Amino acid sequence: MDATSTAAIAVADLVKRYKGVAAVDGISFRLAPGTVTGLLGGNGAGKTTTIAMIMGLVTPTSGTVSVLGAQMPGQRYRVLHRMNFESPYVDMPMRLTVRQNLTVFGQLYGVLDLTDRVATLASELDLNEFLDRPTGKLSAGQKTRVSLAKSLLNRPEVLLLDEPTASLDPDTADWVRGHLERYRAETGASILLASHNMNEVERLCERVIIMKRGRIEDDDTPQSLLARYGRQNLEDVFLDVARGRGERRETVE
Amino acid sequence: MSNAASDSGLEFSVHRVAAMVRRYWYLLVSSWPRLLDLIYWPTVQMLMWGFLQLYVSKNAGFAAGAAGTFIGAVLLWDILFRGQLGFSISFLEEMWARNLGNLMMSPLRPTEFVAALMIMSIVRLAIGMVPVSLLAIAFFGFNVWSLGLALVAFFINLILTSWAIGIFVAGLLLRNGMGAESMAWTIMFLFLPLTCVYYPVAVLPHWLQYVAWCLPPTYVFEGMRALLIDQVFRADLMVEAFAFNTVLFSAAAFAFVRLLESARVNGSLMQTGE
Repeated sequence: MDATSTAAIAVADLVKRYKGVAAVDGISFRLAPGTVTGLLGGNGAGKTTTIAMIMGLVTPTSGTVSVLGAQMPGQRYRVLHRMNFESPYVDMPMRLTVRQNLTVFGQLYGVLDLTDRVATLASELDLNEFLDRPTGKLSAGQKTRVSLAKSLLNRPEVLLLDEPTASLDPDTADWVRGHLERYRAETGASILLASHNMNEVERLCERVIIMKRGRIEDDDTPQSLLARYGRQNLEDVFLDVARGRGERRETVE
Repeated sequence: MSNAASDSGLEFSVHRVAAMVRRYWYLLVSSWPRLLDLIYWPTVQMLMWGFLQLYVSKNAGFAAGAAGTFIGAVLLWDILFRGQLGFSISFLEEMWARNLGNLMMSPLRPTEFVAALMIMSIVRLAIGMVPVSLLAIAFFGFNVWSLGLALVAFFINLILTSWAIGIFVAGLLLRNGMGAESMAWTIMFLFLPLTCVYYPVAVLPHWLQYVAWCLPPTYVFEGMRALLIDQVFRADLMVEAFAFNTVLFSAAAFAFVRLLESARVNGSLMQTGE
């Protein structure tokens, strides 16, 4: 069996250059099935470009990306129905009601028990109150929950989340994190989570990849990172890396 | 379905096309200004050209047989123009809604997306043109439906051209973002003088006639005049129009695929703004 076929996501020597400028500069990592991995980095570190290449939205300049054994972007249609994403860079159509949006996307993803699935997600993510309201009329937090519902419609095996709790109040954000934990525990899905919220990363992720200027600066478990940098929390580790105070690992598995 | 077909995106799902049509239908029926816009301008155009034709025929002794050419031309022009606009506006709705990323990262194939846009262009056209064609009967006694099978031939050729241009514009929008939006609104006006909507090809300078005869709608408008003035249906013109449409549609599809590939390389799909 190919080594990449055992990984949920396998990235090897991935490079993306725009007009000679490297947005992603030779990164490699492999995510085991059923794991939650945090992708950290400041603005412009290359997180979103990396996720876009994993989703097949952007063609790499060089290197390879494999998701559930399919090479991206060439074989993306083999696996797009088994993955999903949530990002602040895209919106749901604003004039459509929440129910209409979820129905349309459910149909696009080929969800068979769509009515039941929408009802279940509406219940789990507390959407019932505004299920028949236009999506554009919702608060930022409600929209985020709707986007999360869309990303879970097809029960994805690979879930990519870009700042999933950025616009939520602490209570709702905590509730969403709990939902993601349960989803992973119930389905064994692999989750790649890009976030600036270090508490969230510490709580959800068993592994953290820190990017800076398109490269991987460090890659380890939260506990190992805290121990190695001699810090009490990931925020301080992140600042050490961002400001060049930490030790950068030479090789990343 | 073979892996090769799946890899290339050639697999086709009617359910996904239906999902996209459903999405656009929800949008249309939720917004009365969008519905009104489909009827308003074709009505204005038809009334303006209809009254102009009445004036010309009364004061310039214009042949009675030519009585329907202006109104016929404006109705057929609207099929061409509104067909492309219906396609392009549905596509633009995704960019305005910042929904393109959701679609591009879903299992929706480009062919299915294009098929849904084609269906919506016909739906939007029907909403606009059917009432206007009935108004043309009421105001000017011009019944475009009486053209029968000729109307079918005209329609097929015009809608094929409008889709080809719509597909090309969609590719430009994917590659260049909203900076190319104005193309969606104006590109068809390049066809207005060159395809001889309101006058015969013979009016054009000799060298420009070669250009005109390379454009499929030219054959349709010449065919319409032959039918209304000489009462002759020129099937040969329709066949030639279809042949040119085949070339135009293939070229547009090729350009769309290349522009989409280029958009993936340039990261334009992540930034659908200006």
